[in-house]
Amino acid sequence: MSPSDQADLVYAFDIPAEQPWSRVLKKGETLRIIDSEGEQAVDALMYAAGDTAERYSAQDTLRIQGSAYIELGTKLISNRGQVMARITADTCGRHDTSAGCCSCESNAVRFGEATRYLHACRENFILELSRHGLTKRDIVSNLNFFMNVPIEPTGNFTVLDGPSSPGNYVDVTAEMDVLFVISNCPQVNNPCNGFDPTPIRVEIRATPAA
Amino acid sequence: MSGESKAERAAANRRRYEELRAAGQELKQLPAPTAVDGAPIAHDAIIQTEQVPPGWHATVRLSRGEALRITDDLGRSSVSLLAWRSEDPCERINCADTVKVQWSAALSKGRMILSDMGRVLLSVIEDTSGSHDLLVGGSTADSILAAFGEVTRNTQANFISAAAKIGLGLRDIPPCVTFFAPVTTDATGRFVWHAARKRPGDFVDLRAEMNLIVAVSNCAHPLDPARPAVTAPITLMRHRLPPPAADDVCRTASSEAVRAYAFTDQLFA
Repeated sequence: MSPSDQADLVYAFDIPAEQPWSRVLKKGETLRIIDSEGEQAVDALMYAAGDTAERYSAQDTLRIQGSAYIELGTKLISNRGQVMARITADTCGRHDTSAGCCSCESNAVRFGEATRYLHACRENFILELSRHGLTKRDIVSNLNFFMNVPIEPTGNFTVLDGPSSPGNYVDVTAEMDVLFVISNCPQVNNPCNGFDPTPIRVEIRATPAA
Repeated sequence: MSGESKAERAAANRRRYEELRAAGQELKQLPAPTAVDGAPIAHDAIIQTEQVPPGWHATVRLSRGEALRITDDLGRSSVSLLAWRSEDPCERINCADTVKVQWSAALSKGRMILSDMGRVLLSVIEDTSGSHDLLVGGSTADSILAAFGEVTRNTQANFISAAAKIGLGLRDIPPCVTFFAPVTTDATGRFVWHAARKRPGDFVDLRAEMNLIVAVSNCAHPLDPARPAVTAPITLMRHRLPPPAADDVCRTASSEAVRAYAFTDQLFA
C-alpha cells in the first residue's frame, strides 16, 4: 500500500469471521472490502441514508446493466432507479447478486434440519439492521462479493469455490449517502468460504483510490 | 464438535454439497411441459375468473390448496408476480432462495417458489411455457421511458399500488418472478430474450401451499424488444384442486423439495 493510500484513510476496521458491520458512507467516499485471508464471501446491503425505504435492488441493477454479474464499473441501483454506488476497483473478478444470503431456514431446506441452528448471514443482517431501526422486511437479494456463482444458459446455478486470494479487494464508491451493511458470511455448508469462515477488512477513503 | 476435526467436517460438508448439486443438476428428471390444450379445469372447480387489461395489476387471495391459472391469452404478455403470506406478510416470495435451493434459475413444471422462511409459497403444477424470469424483474418508469420515450403504466408502479391496497409499502416489495418472460444468460452473463418461446395460450397453474396474497402485473418485460410495447390481456383463474397425491411432481422433486414441503406442512399440522 502506498503512503498516499494511508493518508487518505478515514476509517479502517477488521471484521471478525462470521460477524456483521455497518457504517454510513458519505457521497464520494470509497469503501474498500479486503478479503484478508482469501476465499471469503462478503454479503452486503445498502440503504439510502436519508430514506431507508430506498435500498439496493439486485434486479434493477442487473436490468440496467443487461448482464448477470457484478464487476468493475457496475452501477449499483436502488429500488427507485437511482445509482447508489459504483464498483471502482476490483482485483478479484466477478461477484454475485442473485444467490441472496444464507439463513437458518434456507440452510435447513438445502442441507437438512441439522444445519438449522448454525449462524447465518440473515441473523447478522437482522441484528445489524436492528441498530438502525430496520427489520427483516428491509432485507432483499444482496450483493455477494468474492462469491463465484455462474449461471449457465440452461439455468444451472451453482455456488463454486470462493475465487478470491488473500488480499484481493473490491472498491465501492458511494454516489449518495448510503448505509452500508455487511455480513461476513458464516456459511460452512457450501464452498463459498472454503468451509472455513475468516476475517475481512474494510477501509474507507475520502475519494476513489488512484 | 465431538472429536471431528475442522478438516473432517469441511470434507464431509463438501461431499454433501457435491452430492446435492449432482442430484439437483444432473440426475433430476423434470416433467415435460403441459400441452397448451392440456390440463382442462372442470367448470365447477372454478372459483373466480378475471381478465386483466394490459398495463394493469390485480390482487388475488388464495387459500392453501387452491390454484391460480395465469394465461397469456395472445402470447404477447409477461406477468410479474409477488406473493405474501396472508397471516404474516413479512414472509414473502424470495427469488434468490428459489433459485439457489433448486440449483437453477429456470422455473418450470415441477418446481417450487419459496418464501424467505424456507417454506413453499407456490408450486408450479402445470406449465406450458417453462420460460420465466427470476433474475431481471419487472419494468419501471425509467425503463419504460428509455424504451418507449414516454412513461406509461409499469410493474414498479403497479406493485406499489397493489401493496398499498393491502396495507404494505415499498419495504414489502422484494424481487419478483415474471412468467412468460423467456430470459437466459449467455456464456458471458449477458441476458438473452427468446421471442420464439412465447405462444398464445401459454399458461401456468400455481398451487398455493399456504394462505397467500398474490399481486400480478401485466406489463411488457423490460427485455422484451417488441415495439410498440406489447398490449394484450391476461386471464386469471382461481380454482379448486384435489389434495396433492403421494407422488406429486413438486413435492417429490428433490430432497430439498421434500424438506421445504415438510416445513410448510408444519404450519398446518
